[in-house]
Amino acid sequence: MTQSQMEETKVIVFQLKNEEYGVPVNQVGSIERVQHITRVPNSPDFVKGVINLRGIVTPVVDLRTRFGLEELEHQENTRMIIVQMDQMHVGLVVDAANDVIDIPQEAIEPAPEVVGSVEADYIKGVAKLEKRLLILLNLDKVFSNAEVKQLQSVEG
Amino acid sequence: MEMNQYLEVFIEESKEHLQTVNDALLKLEKDPTDLTIVSEIFRSAHTLKGMAATMGYQDLADLTHKLENVLDAVRNEQMSVHTDMLDVVFDSMDDLEWMVTDIASGGEGKKDVQRIVEKLRQIENGESPEEQPASSEPESAGGPVPTAGVQVDQFEQTVLKESMDKGYNTYEITITLDENCLLKGARVYMVFEQLEQVGEVVKSTPTVDVLEAEDFDLEFSVLVITEAALEDLKERILKVSEVQSVVIEPFKFEEETVAAAVEEEVLEVAKPQQTAPEAPKQAPKAEETQNSQKQTQNKTIRVNIERLDVLMNLFEELVIDRGRLEQISSELNQPELQETVERMSRISGDLQNIILNMRMVPVEQVFNRFPRMVRQLARDLGKEVNLSVHGAETELDRTVIDEIGDPLVHLIRNALDHGLETPDVRKASGKESMGTIELRAYHSGNHVFIEISDDGAGINRDKVLDKALSNGVVTPEQASTLTDRQIYELIMASGFSTADKISDISGRGVGLDVVKNTIESLGGSITIDSTYGEGSTFSIQLPLTLSIISVMLIEIGQEKYAVPLSSIIETAIIQKEDIMYAHNKKVIDFRGKVVPLVFLEDVLGTPESERKHENHYSVVVVRKGDKMAAIVVDSFIGQQEVVLKTLGTYLTNVHSVFAISGATILGDGQVALIIDTNALIK
Repeated sequence: MTQSQMEETKVIVFQLKNEEYGVPVNQVGSIERVQHITRVPNSPDFVKGVINLRGIVTPVVDLRTRFGLEELEHQENTRMIIVQMDQMHVGLVVDAANDVIDIPQEAIEPAPEVVGSVEADYIKGVAKLEKRLLILLNLDKVFSNAEVKQLQSVEG
Repeated sequence: MEMNQYLEVFIEESKEHLQTVNDALLKLEKDPTDLTIVSEIFRSAHTLKGMAATMGYQDLADLTHKLENVLDAVRNEQMSVHTDMLDVVFDSMDDLEWMVTDIASGGEGKKDVQRIVEKLRQIENGESPEEQPASSEPESAGGPVPTAGVQVDQFEQTVLKESMDKGYNTYEITITLDENCLLKGARVYMVFEQLEQVGEVVKSTPTVDVLEAEDFDLEFSVLVITEAALEDLKERILKVSEVQSVVIEPFKFEEETVAAAVEEEVLEVAKPQQTAPEAPKQAPKAEETQNSQKQTQNKTIRVNIERLDVLMNLFEELVIDRGRLEQISSELNQPELQETVERMSRISGDLQNIILNMRMVPVEQVFNRFPRMVRQLARDLGKEVNLSVHGAETELDRTVIDEIGDPLVHLIRNALDHGLETPDVRKASGKESMGTIELRAYHSGNHVFIEISDDGAGINRDKVLDKALSNGVVTPEQASTLTDRQIYELIMASGFSTADKISDISGRGVGLDVVKNTIESLGGSITIDSTYGEGSTFSIQLPLTLSIISVMLIEIGQEKYAVPLSSIIETAIIQKEDIMYAHNKKVIDFRGKVVPLVFLEDVLGTPESERKHENHYSVVVVRKGDKMAAIVVDSFIGQQEVVLKTLGTYLTNVHSVFAISGATILGDGQVALIIDTNALIK
């Protein structure tokens, strides 16, 4: 029993366009409604700006822009998922966030070459749960600035 | 034993004592005959030993004890101070520091101190520390034959002999405790306490540790130096309950020959001292010095820095709410509310000053570690250097102090390694063989300046430029327009190193670019001045505090930004027709100086600015050193105290943002960004 519990990953499920994604629950600090965002000049286009999150200035990344999807006006369901990594707090703007589920280890498969619209680089794996398909994100890669630097050098 | 509550105090005080000893040792090195310094060191070492023993850090106590013996010999003029000895003492200081640091980070402060203890013992016995241990010393092998229960070694014997010559009595006291005595350790302690009121316990059999551990039968002996009479001592000890009997006898020395040999040896060692000018007499008795130490203590309390940080954070919240209240009251325009808010603002302003002052710490804390470091480095590099420190009392916010240490270490290393020449090179170029490094701190306006200057070789302008060109740090076109100072500052560009060969000192893969980045991340700046052949000066400018700053809030389009007041010279409104062009750039004449205009909306890419139709510009004139720029904005909102916040690791480390140095939260709860004016001035 304990054994099988150990092998389950709890993830927060969110939606982008018509696909479902998951981030490990231990990397999620909170889920917030969209509030006023202060634009940060000269930052990459997917950085929407910064918000005041209970006294802490937190950067906000629009995941749609990050993944190269078309932008969407913020709506009733739009949420910011505050994720934490190595002392880093970043808010991710997603279309909706409404589920927490356990994924058994055996349901996770390595990322196929191309999944939907997102480059395979960001993807740690996919989880098949009956009829749902969850894309598990590799936040490291989502945050990394490798191709941002590339962009800058092209522009410069 | 529950020691945790004392641990913090112990660590704190140990560090202080180590620092005192370190400083005093350096002083002593310059003036080896000043016995008051030795007494100072002795006092600190003694206290440290006591504390370590109480806390149960045996290695620490052992080492300090040996150190103390050496110092005591010096103090009593049985031995003179010499470099070899100081080296060993400094080495043992390193070990002590290591142990305290280990304890502070949760360790047990255990370290193999055998070797260093042995070296100290050799010094104490007047041997050269290079010599091989005990076996080469026939006297100690034979050992003095004890006349009674208490065994004394040579050193103790000389101490005893000397105190007798000075008219003190030495007694050997054997105390037998009552058979039913329950807390033997406590009785021993009480006996010692009684004895120490009138004299000094030189030695005990069994040793104090054994006595404390109650690992003895009922009898123990002590050797006491005292002015008190035999009867008095007896009376005092018998006052302690559960003491069955006391036998006191004057201490007898054994064979004259050993004593004579000892005396001779001591004389030998003490010789150099005789040539020295009249040294101060024997330090006052321990008790007296302790008293005088108490008197000099200020009425202060120690506050955990974490508590101050909590206070600061709470106060920051208050500052944000104050901003909000001020905003509401000006909107409502209600006299009573306005009056109250104004009053509150004033009081919280005073409060802010007090809190900030509480967090101010003299830079001494950082400077303190440098003399030692410089001494060591100079030896490693074979250079002669005199470090002079000025303005160590200058105060800075604790948060800045914590950050500034490493950059300074780096700059001083740099000055020693690359700046100062070796003695023969210096002589050849007509300089004194001893170089000088000056460390200076002072206040100016809202800033603190720290300067590191050396009278070394200076920076070779052409060499730097060559290197910068070959490394691609600058292009040949750029190179031709650079001023000397700009060229010097190239050495702080990333990936730049002028060292021909990587040395052990500064070739650690960390360059001056890291120093520059650290200082800039603190909101400061660094400039370099140098004259080839005569030396260089690195000047660091730092803000007084990091957390609460005064800013001018400005508006561009729909967006609000904050400009730190410390970099603003003034605000002005200029007519469009007053704008001139130089090199195809817009400039204005500001009090006789040509100042370039910077359009913030362009730099920041602000959408929908409305100002276009007006025929005048609002400008904020800012400066960076002696350079200026006029920043064009839509409107001024006003001056405000704000709490400085970082943009978060993501925007500072992963995607660094141009021209923004931080953020703050305004009264309405929204975030406003703080403009980095330094980045706007080229």
